[in-house]
Amino acid sequence: MSYNKRLDGRKMDELRPMEAKAGVIKRADGSAYFKIGNTWAYAAVYGPRNLYPKFKQDPSRAILRVNYNMLPFSGHGNRVRPGGNRRSKELSLVIEKALLPVLNLSDFPNSVIDLFIEFPQTDAGTRCAGICAASIALADAGIAMKDMVASVSVGRVDNAVVVDLNYDEEAYDAPVADVPVAILHRSKEISLLQMDGDITEEQLLKGLEMAEKACDKIHEVQVKALKAKYVEE
Amino acid sequence: MERDYKSHLIKALKKNVRYDGRKTDEYRDISIEYGLFHNAEGSARVKIGDTEVIAGTKLELNTPYSDRPDEGTIMVGVELTPIANPNFELGPPRIEAIEIARVVDRGIRESHMINMKKLCVKAGEAVWTVIIDIIPINDEGNLFDAASLAAMAALRDTKFPQVKDGKVDYEAEKTKETLPLEKEPISITVIKVGDDFVVDPTIKEWALMDSRLSVAVGKDEVIHALQKGEEKPMSLEDIKTIIKIAKVKAKELRKKL
Repeated sequence: MSYNKRLDGRKMDELRPMEAKAGVIKRADGSAYFKIGNTWAYAAVYGPRNLYPKFKQDPSRAILRVNYNMLPFSGHGNRVRPGGNRRSKELSLVIEKALLPVLNLSDFPNSVIDLFIEFPQTDAGTRCAGICAASIALADAGIAMKDMVASVSVGRVDNAVVVDLNYDEEAYDAPVADVPVAILHRSKEISLLQMDGDITEEQLLKGLEMAEKACDKIHEVQVKALKAKYVEE
Repeated sequence: MERDYKSHLIKALKKNVRYDGRKTDEYRDISIEYGLFHNAEGSARVKIGDTEVIAGTKLELNTPYSDRPDEGTIMVGVELTPIANPNFELGPPRIEAIEIARVVDRGIRESHMINMKKLCVKAGEAVWTVIIDIIPINDEGNLFDAASLAAMAALRDTKFPQVKDGKVDYEAEKTKETLPLEKEPISITVIKVGDDFVVDPTIKEWALMDSRLSVAVGKDEVIHALQKGEEKPMSLEDIKTIIKIAKVKAKELRKKL
């Protein structure tokens, strides 16, 4: 058995169809949604604003507070119980670390930048879609950024190295590895890297190369979304 | 400051003018979209002006309550997630969310819009639970009515999943079978500011109200749920006026579904 043809007919290095829009939540200081295939992330930025309780304030910089949340009806299968769990806490953490390198938090002492990411529909690759949406929302909020961040998962399904695994591929009955990656657009540095499954060094490096190209495509979608907001207004 | 705002608002309402140019009995534009989120059994998005609320349903097979062995059950949840409003915070649902969920729940339950007996698969063993989750995306006021409308729309959009060996097969394509809905209630919230009655309040108007009454009106103009809120009491005359407004508005909103 070998994986020569992807379940949904995509090429090995092909992303699912993407759609992004900036400024979708009027009350937020910055917002966006990012859809990739059937995964759909909303991101809202509030702040920089005062951080309470006060003992959490850092006089040298702002903190970035990220919350990753799957909505109750968003998952395959049973209802997702609201209120978060260990998984959502960890994903909030790695998303925060993926975005921190592009922010100048020392500009906003004692403050917090709140970043809330909600998923009304999921089909694998949620943390990556969340980062893509968040990067647009932060830019939309007018927060100075050194770079944009794009993110995608690469991995291995049986003998093939593929980009942007969907749910069916992650659940494929063969050795599978899932490697979410986030890449800063200009420096090409990697700010998110996780992996589970099994993969050879060769496959991993090939995957990371493919991720770089895929992230360039995502970046185009992100920039287009930001520009489109100002064309409409 | 707030007192000045209020006297200004009251003066304007006397002339039947609101901050956004509407009349006191006028709703903002309403739009409803169905079937947006495919992992939900049913879903909808409701926009009332800039207020945006999404709702999704999940259907689960559970054992029935022992006192009602042949009836399904429903559950309504509202999460005021912090994306929608700078004042919403993370954490377990607060009283604001619980109140909205309870009012929507009562409207659905007491109107008997879902025929619970038809949700029975095998008496005493398996019945369907309908879980409706409502999430505001952008809060510009009147979440009560938007939430209720979103719930109605999501229920209409709901299709049963397939069942295999007594278990729900969520991976398989949904069936074409819809929920056994009978008469949908429409919730209308009217606020009272000074002596004036206002429908579809914005956040600013909501903050200045003296009292409010939500009325869930059925198809045949029967009232299925009431909820009075805030500090000031209401006279019987007030309540009569509000119910009259609610009946007219409910007819209007029902056409949007």
